[in-house]
Order: sequence, then structure tokens, then C-alpha cells
Amino acid sequence: MIKSLADLEKVASEGERRIHPPHLKVMVGAATCGIASGAKDVIHAVEETLKQFGNGAASARTGCIGMCYEEPLMDILKPGWPRITYSHVKPEQVAEILSAVKEGKVVKEGLLGKIEEIEDYTRNTRYRYPLENVPPEIAAVENLFGLEFTAKQQHIAMRNCGIIDPESIEEYIARGGYRGLYRVLTEMKPDEVIDMVDASGLRGRGGGGFGTGRKWRYCKAAEGYRYVICNADEGDPGAYMDRSLLEGDPHSILEGMLIGAFAIGSQQGYVYVRAEYPLAVKRLEKAIDDARVHGLLGSDIFGTGFNFDLRIVKGGGAFVCGESTALMASIEGKPGEPRAKYVHTVEKGLWNQPTTLNNVETWANVPVIAVRGAEWFASIGNPESTGTKIFSLVGKVNRAGLVEVPMGITLREIIYDIGGGIPEGKKFKAVQTGGPSGGCIPANLLDLEVDFDRLWEAGSMMGSGGMIVMDSETCMVDVAKFFTEFLKDESCGKCVPCREGLSQTHEILKRITEGEGQESDLDLLEELGKAMQDSSLCALGGSAPNPVLSTLRFFRDEYLEHIKNKRCPAGVCTALINFEINENCTGCTLCVRNCPVDAITGERKQVHVIDQDACIKCGVCLDVCKFDAVTRNTRNTHSGGKSQ
Amino acid sequence: MSHADWEGQAKFTIDGREVVGYKGETILEVARREGFDIPTLCYHEALEPYAACRLCLVEVTTGRRTKLVTSCIYEVAPDIEVKTSTERVIRNRKAVLELLLARAPDASLIQKLAREYGIEKSRYPLVLNDKCILCGLCVRACHEIIGASAIGFIDRGTERHVGPPIERLSERCIGCGTCVYICPTAAITLKDVSKPMPGVHKHPYDYEAPDCSICGEMNLESESKVGEK
Ligand SMILES: Cc1cc2nc3c(=O)[nH]c(=O)nc-3n(C[C@H](O)[C@H](O)[C@H](O)COP(=O)(O)O)c2cc1C
Ligand code: SF4
Ligand code: FES
Repeated sequence: MIKSLADLEKVASEGERRIHPPHLKVMVGAATCGIASGAKDVIHAVEETLKQFGNGAASARTGCIGMCYEEPLMDILKPGWPRITYSHVKPEQVAEILSAVKEGKVVKEGLLGKIEEIEDYTRNTRYRYPLENVPPEIAAVENLFGLEFTAKQQHIAMRNCGIIDPESIEEYIARGGYRGLYRVLTEMKPDEVIDMVDASGLRGRGGGGFGTGRKWRYCKAAEGYRYVICNADEGDPGAYMDRSLLEGDPHSILEGMLIGAFAIGSQQGYVYVRAEYPLAVKRLEKAIDDARVHGLLGSDIFGTGFNFDLRIVKGGGAFVCGESTALMASIEGKPGEPRAKYVHTVEKGLWNQPTTLNNVETWANVPVIAVRGAEWFASIGNPESTGTKIFSLVGKVNRAGLVEVPMGITLREIIYDIGGGIPEGKKFKAVQTGGPSGGCIPANLLDLEVDFDRLWEAGSMMGSGGMIVMDSETCMVDVAKFFTEFLKDESCGKCVPCREGLSQTHEILKRITEGEGQESDLDLLEELGKAMQDSSLCALGGSAPNPVLSTLRFFRDEYLEHIKNKRCPAGVCTALINFEINENCTGCTLCVRNCPVDAITGERKQVHVIDQDACIKCGVCLDVCKFDAVTRNTRNTHSGGKSQ
Repeated sequence: MSHADWEGQAKFTIDGREVVGYKGETILEVARREGFDIPTLCYHEALEPYAACRLCLVEVTTGRRTKLVTSCIYEVAPDIEVKTSTERVIRNRKAVLELLLARAPDASLIQKLAREYGIEKSRYPLVLNDKCILCGLCVRACHEIIGASAIGFIDRGTERHVGPPIERLSERCIGCGTCVYICPTAAITLKDVSKPMPGVHKHPYDYEAPDCSICGEMNLESESKVGEK
């Protein structure tokens, strides 16, 4: 049982010994992203090898450090050396790498970088690895935090991801964990906690950007049995920052919720996690159990008389269940539909009681603020959008992964400096931010500072932090259609503007991509989009027109090309394009053999021909041809085909 | 937070005229009592409000903020200013009606309402052609008044429709015909199959009725025209 600061320190020194043991330790990134790229086999190989080594060598699993493009990642800690990281590790390499390390030697292949010191944001210290007898190969290798990918990042919410074993409460405490809770419970009044969070400028990371301190204040002012909830529904396709925090550092979320609960006067909390996140659920369960065992959840926490407990509720995985009122309905066992009421959930939320709902990342920031204070947090980022934000940087970018950056960084810095630019030297076209109902931002706004308000002004939004980079081969009408289709399926279908509006928007976009659009369609789409924003019941419908409206705003010409010239400039919309084989063809028959519908004919050493009526425009021939002999026409040159 | 801080009566204005409402009343309730015309499709005084059709939109000014709200759920408060037919209100009601007309071009009530707002024909393509506008009156009546809960919503998004649970013949239906009666667009029909079996749902919107177990007679028209009367 932890009842005092001394108890915390005792557990911390135990954790410290686990994080930096006096013997060899090997860590493998084992969040869902790591496991997807083969971490399980690597872990197995590590365990087998270490078993043979005997004498105290240990292996551990960590969360995701964000370098998903380098996974599986293996980190080696050898006393006297900096921490070293291997990337793209294959199980069969493990024994060789580890045996070399044991002998004081280094396998250079796959060695990505080293870490000589690790920032501890909570306690404002740095851990420096004691160095002696460092082999020259390691001395020469780059510092991981100096790599382009990491240099502009600042891991505050992700402070422990990839550093600690997420299943060890001791390691969390060794990195300053539960100090914020201790400070708040023993030194502060609830209102002072709210003032502090307010002054820190922390705004909700779940999408809306509502002031967290303000939300807490409203909730505390309402009469009733108050609840706190963590929104871990994360329904945006392609976004996984919340999952990474849950998998990599679950205690940071528990501690944040404990602090919030104390501030508003709540004794019961819920974590609403999507059921598709089994590993996150498992680690949360372990964290909750451990916190209970150590007396950090339950009654009389730190002997202050403060009681709080937490339950996990698994959600069915509908996108709309991330909306606050739908989420609460779902916890109550009702259908996950937004509720029609003009009373805010801070007054009447779960079971009609005052409820504070915050996002995973919002909660994870709270403990650090509690230790370091509001001023420190507010000094990071922009004045109106303080702190950092995690983005999942994906799409046509060289280094995809999770990035946590200070607010106010430009899109260009994220995409080019951190993400390494567009692969194959292609041109950047747009970046889609904010999840499915976000917007697309064009190249001329690359120097936009990323914060809540700047993204709104650009017709997009922060959302939960999705960032999809698109190159010149992306058709913006097709993109709008894609997101509209997602939202059409995920809308709850209750209210008319959202349900019927999405259905009609999708239908109109479909006909434009098929070359059947009319110029008046564009005004109609805009008129409809504005009505949906104005009159939908919940924010899903209210933000659903963003993909269409933002692409219409920045890429109207591309729409008009589809409508007036029946042309898809990016060469994507299948009804408007076709493929032809040109005189470069050497007759190698590679395309003939690869075409899935046998639409290509031609003898060996003869120029081949595509049967335009049979062709399904999958583009495989273009991809496999080694002689540049396949042309993609951005206007369908085949008249008389199906698209007529 | 204006909702909480008053008791009893609220004086406020609708279209400039001073009216009085009581705590817990909605704008729609007061407006109808006072003779203002606000169109509705998913509202019924006997049922919990649902706020899905968005036709009852009005503009409300509280302090310096003006917002568009659905009057069927917005509770009155002292000193609010309600406007029932501003340009923004009309524009959004028209948008809703044009969308509904595209969904249910054959529903006479929708045609009539659309015409009142100057819409003869929807500019939108015909995607569905379904008389059911998903107002939820039948589902709520069956649940809240009859207590049978024999029908509900199935699926989400544009696939949403009304039907018996898991789309199987529902044993819970007592064949009362309330859903047929309350449906504003005559999307539900009731057939007298005069068979000694419990009420069964053959098709999401075709409900077959049993003989009445008490009087042994069943005397309902095969096509209810409630919405068209
Ligand atoms: C359709 C829809 C989906 C949402 N999904 C999520 C989600 O997956 N996770 C989340 O934290 N917030 C989501 N939100 C935002 C929540 O409603 C709510 O604003 C947020 O959880 C509040 O926490 P915050 O203030 O910390 O951001 C969603 C909102 C809408 C309208
Ligand atoms: S806006 Fe969409 S998701 Fe929200 S209540 Fe209406 S139909 Fe459901
Ligand atoms: S009557 Fe108010 S939304 Fe339908």
C-alpha cells in the first residue's frame, strides 16, 4: 500500500532498478503496431537467446515510441553503454546481435541509433546513461533523439511510451508517476486544481478543443453524483494515438482521471474503450488492478479520505459512439445514438448526473501539469493552443508513425522534416487532417501553424489528430467521396440532414466521378453542406460536410475538370480514365500474365493490346511494366466503352 | 447555464410577442398554445420528443448569442427571444423538406409541406424511394404507449429502417394498429389475415393483424390513410 511520498519513493527505486538494471536488458516494442510487424517472433527469439545467456539478463515489452516505419524495434540496455536501438529486426538476427553485445561487440547492420539520455518531463530531469568502454561503432552512431524524425518532437503525453514496461506500475512510478496525484491530494484544494488546469490552457484532444479546466468547472458547479469518463473510442480510421497511449502508458490515464475526479468531486469513473483494442483493454485492466493493490484506486487514497474507482466499458466500435452523448447512452446500455437535449453533459450526462468526459490524450497530459504547473505547460505551443499534440502521420510520406509535436509547428515541418517528404520524389498535393470529417489542406498552406484555431480557419480541424498526406496521384473528388461514404455508413441515421444529406452528397459525388456531374452540382453540394452544418442533431452531421466543402474550396478546378472535360487529372476515377499500351512495348507478356481479367492480348515480341471493354482499370499492367509501355490517360480515349 | 437558475414562470418573446411558459416546457409547446405555426414531423404530444426531423427549427437569442435550435426539445427560459421564421430558419427547413421529398416522393404529407415552402420537385436524385421517413413515431408509440416494443430501428446510417427485432416475426406484436395510425406518411399498412395466430411482421412495413383475442373480430381497413386525411 502506498500512503506517503516515502512509499512512492520506495516503489520508484524498485521501478528504477527494472528500467535500468545492472545487467543486460532487451526491450521490444510490443504495441499493436509492433506486433503487426512481427514483434511477437522477435520477443520469442529474444527470450530464447537470453535463456541461454543465463545470469540475470532480462527482456521486457514496451509501448510504441512512434517510429512505426522502423518496426519491429529492439532496444538493448547494457550497463556502461547508451541504450541502442535496432530497427526492422528479424527473429533470426536476434541471437547474433545479442551474442555480440554480450561480448562487448556490435552488429552494425540494422543499428538505428542510440540514446544517451532520456528526458523525464514529469520531474524535469534527464536520465543519463553512465558511459564506459563504449565501442567506437556505438559512439559513431546517431543519437536517436537527434534523428530528423525525432528532433522536432516533444514527447509529453507519450513521455513513457517505449521507455517503460506498460504493465509495471513500479516503472511508471519511477518516471515520476503518481507524484501529480500526490501533490494535488495533499497540497491543493479542488478549485485550485481546476484553476491550474484552466491556466495551463489545456484543451480537449478528442476533437472539439474545449477548455479542459472550464469543462471541469462547469461540472463541479452542477449538483449531483458526478462521474468522470475517459473517451477511448478512437473511431477514426487510421488514427491510433489513443491506442498507443493506452498500450504504452496506461497509468498516465488513470492518474489523470484521478486528478480530474478529485478536482470535480467524483468517486466513480469509466473508461470507454472500443472492443477492437484487446491489448489496450488488457493493459488497462492490469493497470487498474495494480493501482488497486497499491491503494492508488479505492478508498482513502494517500490517506486523504479521497475515494475513487474505475470501470472499463467496452464499446461496440461504431464511430458515432465517440460522440459524448452517444457514448454515455452506450454506457447506460442504450443504443449508441446521440441524444436530443440542450442540456450539456457536464450538467446532465451519464444517468443524468454531472459528467466530465475527456479524451485519452487529454487525461494523459494532466499528471505532468500537476507536477510541473500551469505556467510550464502554457509556455509550450501557441498562446491559444498550448502544449503538444500527437498526430498519426500516414499516407504518402516517407516516415509514417506517431509524432508528438508542440502546437504551432507548421504542416511543412511535420510532413517534410519529421515525415521526410513524399516518397518517390512525387509532388505534395494536400494533407487531410482531423479524421473522416476533417478537411483537406492544399500545398499553398503548408506553412500553416498547426493548432486548433488555424486548422478551423483553413476549413479543417484538429479532430483527434489524424494526418493523411496525399501526393499528386490523389484525386480530391475521390477523396471527398471516400470520406463521405465512411460517414454515410457511420452516421447513426437518426436525423434527416445527416442521414439524407450524406446519402445525397455521396450520390452526387459518385456521379461526378463517373463523368455524369453537372456544374450546378457544385452549388448544390455547397448549399446542402451548409444546411447539414447548421441543422444536424450532433457534431457528426455538423462536421460531415467538411471533406466536400474543403475540397470544393481548394480544388474546385479539379471538380470542374471531371464535370466539364470528363477528365480526372490525377488519373484515379476509373470511369474517366483508361490504359493503353504504347510503342515502347517489347512484347514481354508480363502484363498479359498479370492482368486479373485477361484483358490484354499479344504474342511474344509483339506490341500488346488492351481490350478496353474488358479492362477493369486496376492499373496492374502499368505497375508491372518495366519498359514504360503502359500509358494512363486522364481522359477516357476509348469511346464506345462502358463509361459512355 | 440559464436552464437551472429559475423557478415557476418564464416571460419571453416569440416573434416579438410576449408569452409565458412554465419550467420544463418546450418552445414548441408554448408556441402551439399561443397559436404560432411551427411545422413538425417527428413530434407527438403523447410521446417523448425525439428531435430527428429538424423541421421545428427556430432561432433563439439568449444574451448576445443567437442559435438555431429544434423547438420540440428546447426548454423555455426567461427573456429568451424566439424567432420562428427568419431567413436562416426557412432556409434550413427547406433543405430538410427537399431531402425528405427526395426520399419519399410519394408521401402526400411531405409533398404538401414541401409545397408550402415553395418546393415542387426535389433537385436531388432518387436514391431510395421509401415512404418511411424514420420519424420514429411508430417505434416510440409501440414502446412508450403500448409497451410492446415490437418494432425498433435496425442498422445505422443510410441503411437505418424500422422493423421487428432481428427482423424476425415478432411475437410481441399484439396487432393493435397504433403504428399504422400514428404514421404520418402511411408507410405502414395493416392486413386482416384473419388467421388464428399471433400478430406477425412479414415485411418491415407490412404488419399482419391477428383476430382480436377478446372479441374475435378484426375490423381494420387494409390501407390506413392517416397521413393523407
Ligand atoms: C462523431 C463523433 C465522434 C467522436 N469520436 C471521438 C473519439 O473517438 N474519441 C474522443 O476522444 N472524442 C471523440 N469525439 C469528441 C467527443 O464527443 C468529446 O468532445 C470528447 O471526447 C471530449 O473530450 P476532450 O474535451 O478531452 O476532447 C467525437 C465526436 C463526434 C461528434
Ligand atoms: S447528425 Fe448524424 S450521427 Fe448525429 S444524430 Fe444526426 S444522424 Fe445521428
Ligand atoms: S419535431 Fe422537432 S425535430 Fe422533429
